[in-house]
Amino acid sequence: MIEFQNVSFSYDGTAPVVENLSFSISKGESVGLIGANGAGKSTIMKLLLGLLSGQGQIWVAGLEMNKQNLPKIRQTVGFVLQDSDNQMFMPTVYEDMIFGPRNYGLTKEQAEQRVDDVLNRLGLTELKHRYNHKISGGEKRMAAIATILAMEPEVILMDEPSTALDPVNRRTVINTINTLPQTKLIASHDLDMILDTCGRVILLSHGKIVADGSAESILRDRVLLEANRMELPFCLQGRHK
Amino acid sequence: MDKLSHAQSELREMDALAAECSPIHALHPLCKLLVTVFYIAVTVSFPKYNFSGLVMMVLYPVIAFQVSGIPVGLCFYKLRLVLPLVCAVGLANPFLDHTPLLQLGTITVTGGVVSMVTLMLKGVFSLMASFLLIATTSIDAICAALRKLHVPGILTTLLLLTYRYIGVMLEEVTVMTEAYSLRAPGQKGIHISAWGSFLGQLLMRSMDRAEELYSSMVLRGFNGNFFYADISPFCLNDLLYTAVCAAAFLCARIFDIPGLLGSFFVG
Ligand SMILES: Nc1ncnc2c1ncn2[C@@H]1O[C@H](COP(=O)(O)OP(=O)(O)O)[C@@H](O)[C@H]1O
Ligand SMILES: [Mg+2]
Repeated sequence: MIEFQNVSFSYDGTAPVVENLSFSISKGESVGLIGANGAGKSTIMKLLLGLLSGQGQIWVAGLEMNKQNLPKIRQTVGFVLQDSDNQMFMPTVYEDMIFGPRNYGLTKEQAEQRVDDVLNRLGLTELKHRYNHKISGGEKRMAAIATILAMEPEVILMDEPSTALDPVNRRTVINTINTLPQTKLIASHDLDMILDTCGRVILLSHGKIVADGSAESILRDRVLLEANRMELPFCLQGRHK
Repeated sequence: MDKLSHAQSELREMDALAAECSPIHALHPLCKLLVTVFYIAVTVSFPKYNFSGLVMMVLYPVIAFQVSGIPVGLCFYKLRLVLPLVCAVGLANPFLDHTPLLQLGTITVTGGVVSMVTLMLKGVFSLMASFLLIATTSIDAICAALRKLHVPGILTTLLLLTYRYIGVMLEEVTVMTEAYSLRAPGQKGIHISAWGSFLGQLLMRSMDRAEELYSSMVLRGFNGNFFYADISPFCLNDLLYTAVCAAAFLCARIFDIPGLLGSFFVG
């Protein structure tokens, strides 16, 4: 579903932020992208969305990343931004949710049908006509996820989906992620959340892959994690002391 | 800082106002845009001494505010920062133009005074009409209407982003001034020595955010066209509204209505 082949990228043309990166993700997989601040997680997502372009090849859903395929790729991949405030720019949740589908040619009725379906599925029907600036942070994150789901993407990217959420909202987001059948790539340093949502983990350090394997094995490896400026997930800490 | 978060929520409130329902809200954005532009053009075109004719132009905003259910007071409140500027434009006129126009008892009204007042009124009326447009039409719908008039997509996108950028920038200003005042207790505003870095930071931060916001639009299929802004086709009501308004503005401009009324009643 997603394939990176020898991808390199740098913002300033000198120091590479992502270096010779290769990995692939199959359909339906749920992969956690972990690494310390500045490891390059967000950059990888932007490369995958064609917001940045570097060297090497990227394939998404069988399409090679290039100018012609870009619109199709962006229709395939939904991106939940780290900061929901930047994602939700229309006055109401409903208007934000129909924005994508309408741009992709759905009629108003079709788009509204999708909005209702998604909100129903997530149990958020009461948010529909609320104003984006008048809902709480947790609700906004859920609404941001809903906006993306309304576009029916095949792949969902999430950048730090649990930041700035209280425990209850965080749990809601985790449960929601687990109900999504799509291929998922989740960037986070909330390793507990990754453990709860992802079967596989890719560990990054300075733009390179340090480890790639099952979440169970990598997230239990205290030495590996600490060498990369991270800690064992809280729920595993007790057992290893 | 209270003032800023206030300004920010006011901007959001404009969006909320635009989402309300009234006969004016329901009109086609294109017709509202045209009427507004035409109104401003006619208002501005009044000769500088034609005070009584200009006064008739107040009817449009006043009536439209009534129909749309938006209190006129709200308009002046929201525009309180711009209004003095607009009013200041003509302040020099009384000193420059001493042509006597009217004798009220012992007071001579000079051309300068009259032209000052008409200039101020022109500014205030134009602002009221623009406010009315923004308060009854979403920014997306306005952009969509502009696109219908074949304004290039790049310009409308720019307009839309500027509107959103102001909001984003206000939010950043709020956050930054809060951070600043926490570390500079008891200090009013921002010390002049910090202005440079403050402004630089602000620009960078709001640009980053605006970029994110724009990518969020692009990633959801935005390409400079406003398919999503729901615009129903131009219907009879819209046509009627445009025609009636345009005719009324023209009449007010061509005929001396106050004079006619006066002679009608006085005989
Ligand atoms: N717009 C940018 N311009 C220049 N450098 C950037 C930019 N965005 C990120 N970087 C740098 O790239 C590196 C990787 O950043 P990022 O992908 O955001 O990391 P992460 O999401 O893992 O925290 C960091 O060292 C960061 O300083
Ligand atoms: Mg990041």
